[in-house]
Amino acid sequence: MSFEYAPAPESRAVVDIASSYGLFIDGTFVEPEGGKTFKTVNPATEEVLADVAEAGEPDVDRAVAAARRAYDKVWSRMPGSERAKYLYRIARLLAERSREFAVLETLDNGKPIRESRDVDVPTAAAHFFYYAGWADKLEHAGFGPNPRPHGVAAQVIPWNFPLLMLAWKIAPALAAGNTVVLKPAETTPLSALLFADLLRQAELPPGVVNIVTGARETGSLLVNHPGVDKIAFTGSTPVGKRIAAEVAGSRKSLTLELGGKAANIVFDDAPIDQAVEGIVNGIYFNQGQVCCAGSRLLVQESIADELVDRLKRRLSTLRVGDPMDKNTDVGAINSAQQLERITMLSQAGEDEGATRWTAACELPEKGYWFAPTVFTDVHPAHRIAREEIFGPVLSVLTFRTPAEAVAKANNTPYGLSAGIWTEKGSRILALADQLRAGVVWANTFNRFDPTSPFGGYKESGYGREGGRHGLAAYLAEGSAL
Amino acid sequence: MSARLDVRKTYKLFIGGKFPRSESGRTYEVSADDGAFLANAALASRKDAREAVVAARKAQPGWAGATAYNRGQVLYRVAELLEGRRSQFVEEVAAGEGIKTKAAEAAVDAAIDRWVWYAGWTDKVAQVAGSANPVAGPYFNLSVPEPTGVVVVLAPQSSSLLGLVSVLAPVLVTGNTAVVVSSEKRPLPAITLSEVLATSDVPSGVVNILTGRTAELAPPLASHMDVNAIDLTGTVGAEGVAWGELEAEAAGSVKRVVRPRDSEPDWSQLPDGPRRILAFTETKTVWHPKGM
Repeated sequence: MSFEYAPAPESRAVVDIASSYGLFIDGTFVEPEGGKTFKTVNPATEEVLADVAEAGEPDVDRAVAAARRAYDKVWSRMPGSERAKYLYRIARLLAERSREFAVLETLDNGKPIRESRDVDVPTAAAHFFYYAGWADKLEHAGFGPNPRPHGVAAQVIPWNFPLLMLAWKIAPALAAGNTVVLKPAETTPLSALLFADLLRQAELPPGVVNIVTGARETGSLLVNHPGVDKIAFTGSTPVGKRIAAEVAGSRKSLTLELGGKAANIVFDDAPIDQAVEGIVNGIYFNQGQVCCAGSRLLVQESIADELVDRLKRRLSTLRVGDPMDKNTDVGAINSAQQLERITMLSQAGEDEGATRWTAACELPEKGYWFAPTVFTDVHPAHRIAREEIFGPVLSVLTFRTPAEAVAKANNTPYGLSAGIWTEKGSRILALADQLRAGVVWANTFNRFDPTSPFGGYKESGYGREGGRHGLAAYLAEGSAL
Repeated sequence: MSARLDVRKTYKLFIGGKFPRSESGRTYEVSADDGAFLANAALASRKDAREAVVAARKAQPGWAGATAYNRGQVLYRVAELLEGRRSQFVEEVAAGEGIKTKAAEAAVDAAIDRWVWYAGWTDKVAQVAGSANPVAGPYFNLSVPEPTGVVVVLAPQSSSLLGLVSVLAPVLVTGNTAVVVSSEKRPLPAITLSEVLATSDVPSGVVNILTGRTAELAPPLASHMDVNAIDLTGTVGAEGVAWGELEAEAAGSVKRVVRPRDSEPDWSQLPDGPRRILAFTETKTVWHPKGM
């Protein structure tokens, strides 16, 4: 007997998408001075969603000047208790308009509506709610008796969790008393532009948050702008290195949340059904386009065959396709460019001798798609074991002893996250100590919470987002000596 | 009868618990503030710097793996031995920095007290900087500070012992290991400190000390791919060194960078918190489900 799923599409009627968007500067939408625009598309259909302004140098100047004015005249003078109430408003408004944001996020990003509805949007709202409460308690946060903001924060965010990354950046920045110029990713600007409308409803003073859309060039103009005091970047390690080198010597405060190649370690005593679910969540959540994805499965040799068999069986039941369908597990890859990278690295996996398995599933004709893929017979030297693929591709390696597992897990320049699956508590604690990663998930994976610090070791970046630690990035006292 | 001729010390490098000369065979003359000859110090090379990083990396897991209580005891022991060498340090600091004996005594006393202050942090910093996080779900969620790894310390140029102690001790507290580039013109207290460390319980390789030209040693260390962090404090007043260029080099491996101030800090001031310790830590967050 087999069960078929009837389509269960979410309605896109809940959100109005304008045909074109300007830049959100000083509380209002303005046209870019150079008049340049780019198109943002639905990666599941390749349909053009809107024309979006590309901010050039004069536009970035205006945005930074607006943020400076708002900082000097309004935001830095406002009591923390008042800043808090604005942030609470934003949190509430996000929750009220959550369906609208979820649909828009899925249309622009390609992620399943189930994820944008259940993870991205509620976690974003929770982030604002959490940091709202810090705004009037900063002197109790452990950063000295008189913590001060930096001033103007330049924030550059990625396309994998557009609204959630916006919340991770803007909420602590405003709570600490900074003003913001945010640059959303080129391929996913729409939820940030809808957020601008939410700020109108919140009556946030003009200039406190400015949103400049564009590609890498706009981001580079922003982080190199002399009027910026603090830079927060989430994205790839190569770009993070470039930004760190560019701002060197400028005394701009910098935090970086970069790439990863996380090991997800499964011992022979692990609860195997839960481990399989955890592996799936670890690498196929958001199509694997997650910096902390569990992209290297390290499985103890004695259970490797059984685990991989079960994993393949489970992957065969994943529903890949229309992100707007509420039953969909795996949606579209965000862009043609990203699909090309995933395809290229997967080909490198085959070329270097690993064994490829891909879930049998029908992929839509239009749009950017990549079926869940598993590589076995992977050698630690293979590119698919070393490089961040940022897609639904899992590399399986094996180990015999806990020491070997630790050595293999740490054998990477990255250090963002790691997973451990075992029933033995003492082993979890010992391994958690030895893994060089900023987040260790034991018998779970890909959990996020506003109260919980997140960020990397080594080339995965520095600084933390979330929790009390996340405030440090936005306070001068959090880093200065 | 003529006065007895003193037996002078050969100042060498301190790498992996040993006292080698520079592999380059080079030395440079160290003078007192008034120009009098003090000693020939080893002029460390880029290769010496690389050797020091290797020694620091080798020692790091063991030092980080010691209990916080043990690290505290080991570091406190260093203070005990510093006290025993007090008069030697006073002499070297007074000659090198060109200050009166009384001022040198105050600097040495402050350095010893500073070391004691930091030794006491080893088993407290996780309680101050860590947190139990009240996540919205059935999970245990804990954040703790951990050492970042191998740290390069460019020691202050003026304050040859107090300044050095003020930047080195906080690096060691959480379990980092250090490669120190000493004050270029006032390297002697750093080498005497290494003799203290060698006879203390600090494991070999935990602290490695290079004397020589900051401008020669800092760039290869800033760009070294197996260094986790760099403290640029000692670029202030260092000849031919631009800290921004070093920071740019450090970006190549996403090093944690402590920037220098515009001028050398007044090291006699007590630190206003554990910031220097925390600058060389990583926050690790561990999740585990709760369930019956």
